[in-house]
Amino acid sequence: MDHDPKVVLMGEDIGALGGVFRVTDGLQKDFGEDRVIDTPLAESGIVGTAIGLAMRGYRPVVEIQFDGFVFPAFDQIVTQLAKMGNRSAGRVRLPVVIRIPFGGGIGAVEHHSESPESYFVHTGGLRVVTPSTPEDAFWMVQQAVACPDPVVFLEPKRRYWDKGEVPEGAVLRSPGDAPRPFGAAHVARPGADVTMLCYGPMVRTCLAAAEAAAADGTADIEVVDLRSLSPLDLPTVMASVRRTGRAVVVHEAPTTLGLGAELAARVQEGCFYHLEAPVLRVGGFSAPYPAAKIEDEYLPDLDRVLDAVDRVLAH
Amino acid sequence: MPDTDVGPAGSPDRAAHVDREADTMIQMLTPEGERPEPTGAALEYAAYVEDVTDDDLRGMYRDMVIVRRFDAEATALQRQGELGLWASLLGQEAAQVGSGRALRPQDFAYPTYREHGVAWCRGVPPTALLGLYRGASLGGWDPAEHGFALYTIVIGSQTLHATGYAMGVQRDHAVGTGEPDRDAAVIAYLGDGATSQGDVSEALVFSAVYNAPVVFFCQNNQWAISEPNTRQTRVPLFKRSSGFGIPGVRVDGNDVLATLAVTRAATERARSGGGPTFVEAYTYRMGAHTTSDDPSRYRIAAEVEEWKLKDPIARVKAYLARSGAADEDFFAEVEAEAKQIATELRVTCRALPDPPPESMFDDVYAEPHAVLDAEREEYLAYRAGFADDTEEVRT
Ligand SMILES: Cc1ncc(C[n+]2csc(CCOP(=O)(O)OP(=O)(O)O)c2C)c(N)n1
Repeated sequence: MDHDPKVVLMGEDIGALGGVFRVTDGLQKDFGEDRVIDTPLAESGIVGTAIGLAMRGYRPVVEIQFDGFVFPAFDQIVTQLAKMGNRSAGRVRLPVVIRIPFGGGIGAVEHHSESPESYFVHTGGLRVVTPSTPEDAFWMVQQAVACPDPVVFLEPKRRYWDKGEVPEGAVLRSPGDAPRPFGAAHVARPGADVTMLCYGPMVRTCLAAAEAAAADGTADIEVVDLRSLSPLDLPTVMASVRRTGRAVVVHEAPTTLGLGAELAARVQEGCFYHLEAPVLRVGGFSAPYPAAKIEDEYLPDLDRVLDAVDRVLAH
Repeated sequence: MPDTDVGPAGSPDRAAHVDREADTMIQMLTPEGERPEPTGAALEYAAYVEDVTDDDLRGMYRDMVIVRRFDAEATALQRQGELGLWASLLGQEAAQVGSGRALRPQDFAYPTYREHGVAWCRGVPPTALLGLYRGASLGGWDPAEHGFALYTIVIGSQTLHATGYAMGVQRDHAVGTGEPDRDAAVIAYLGDGATSQGDVSEALVFSAVYNAPVVFFCQNNQWAISEPNTRQTRVPLFKRSSGFGIPGVRVDGNDVLATLAVTRAATERARSGGGPTFVEAYTYRMGAHTTSDDPSRYRIAAEVEEWKLKDPIARVKAYLARSGAADEDFFAEVEAEAKQIATELRVTCRALPDPPPESMFDDVYAEPHAVLDAEREEYLAYRAGFADDTEEVRT
């Protein structure tokens, strides 16, 4: 925000409160009410006006309070925001960032634990990314703001409490400043036997699973943090699967038509002769997100991930 | 419309502007517990509470005390880890009991997530509300049994459901027949923040053009989490509906009698075929937005102190005591009853079982769904296998 006066923040309760997760804490004090804007309680209004601001040369970074509340804005996102560049033959670019805390595992009431990424990945014209560590979040949000395309920036809410080193004060001035390119996947743990494809909140779970499997000698798991869900970094994915011959996709979102469906199809197309086993998916069920007391049964955990690893290795 | 010298976002003159209109508010019981002869606009509504007896007033006092006690217990249960979250209604007891008691059995209410007082009036067991906030259920009661829909968290959605339900009531010829047990009204609860949502504007449009028998009951508790209502509107909220062709009225939401009168007038208008009404109940959220919220970050304590003087329960108590309609024994009895209810609630809350995990697959569809059914089978098989080798925990 220091660097680019056109960047404005918009959202519900992002000012004095600093957002319900305090992500914007102190920013209104520093940058004023004109740049850190508490909006009326209307998500369609937030995204719709962000589109207009972007057409006027601003770079709105909007916050949707929780995943389950993005849907009033869904129309603006998929019918307007996503299509404007294409419709205007590139004359209009909408550098809007939509930040959404997503995913479950925090014991919340309904509409506060959902994983809506597939809806956005399914929509051409949007970029969809999610960091998995504090350092990645630090750089990725700057890359998202710098990006000329609309970006849906998913923040794994149960990892808000994770601690990690960040290069405080570092500013992204050119694309090369960030340690990893925007849109690139990252091999979070190299391994030889199975490729685990995951993102956001599940990266930590998968890394723990990999450590557990290494400790008891079951498998040497490679964990690929996708980071970008649209576009997918398929070269990194394919290179890994060609090496290991086995892949498991893990996400919280329902398995039906989730990212796993896309990845399994792409891997099958691109690595058919390298595969030793079918690509397996570990995800949520095709039911509404359940009450908090039983969400742990819905969410993939260490055991469900390792169960899938056992099954791909059994082939 | 007054001055249109719109300053930068959030310029402070807006707060003053909205509040200047407070004098148009219907009030029947003053904060001091006096019941002056109705004049002006209040006169119009006085007829609706002419039949209210001392016994009725004692009843509403009892409701409010019990609801407040229950609410405090729920907050305590959250602090002790028994609930995941609680949205307190502290300060809004009169708005909820006054409107809830205006409803007839055949009426139907669409609540937000904070309507515990209305739930009480509709006979919804308080434990069912706790189950929701405990994370043990996603619903918990049968809407048809109580004329009370499930709580709605997505802001504003329920106003459209209420309108559609009211359109159904109309089609069923349960409006304007003059039969007191047949004609029905629908009431949609919403907050001040909710008035900004597109869904709410659409509900106003639909209800107006179809003349649907629905009452929009907006509890203006001044805050939408951290945002004062000056962030949602530049006109008093009750004026919002007139552009849609719907009359609006502002009532002192801390006055149970006036709220009863105004809601009765609005629901009777709906039942008789007169169409929708928008009621703004002017009140205050005395506590945090929910147990996850910290209001000290955005509002000053003095504001809360000021509203304490307008407490909705204290004024009824003062009136009952002063008029001789109730004595110390009565107040002590109600206190004891509220305490008893709270104690029982604490026990039933702690005993609420976790739902069986496989229940997440239940009732998703009315008829079998092959993919979901297969997922359930796989899940059960997985669980069964897991139980066999508990030895081999791999964490
Ligand atoms: C569509 C949607 N957006 C955001 C939220 C998050 N949220 C929950 S309550 C609330 C404020 C509601 O304020 P108001 O309508 O005034 O009702 P109150 O809570 O004050 O009773 C917000 C923003 C939500 N539940 N639904």
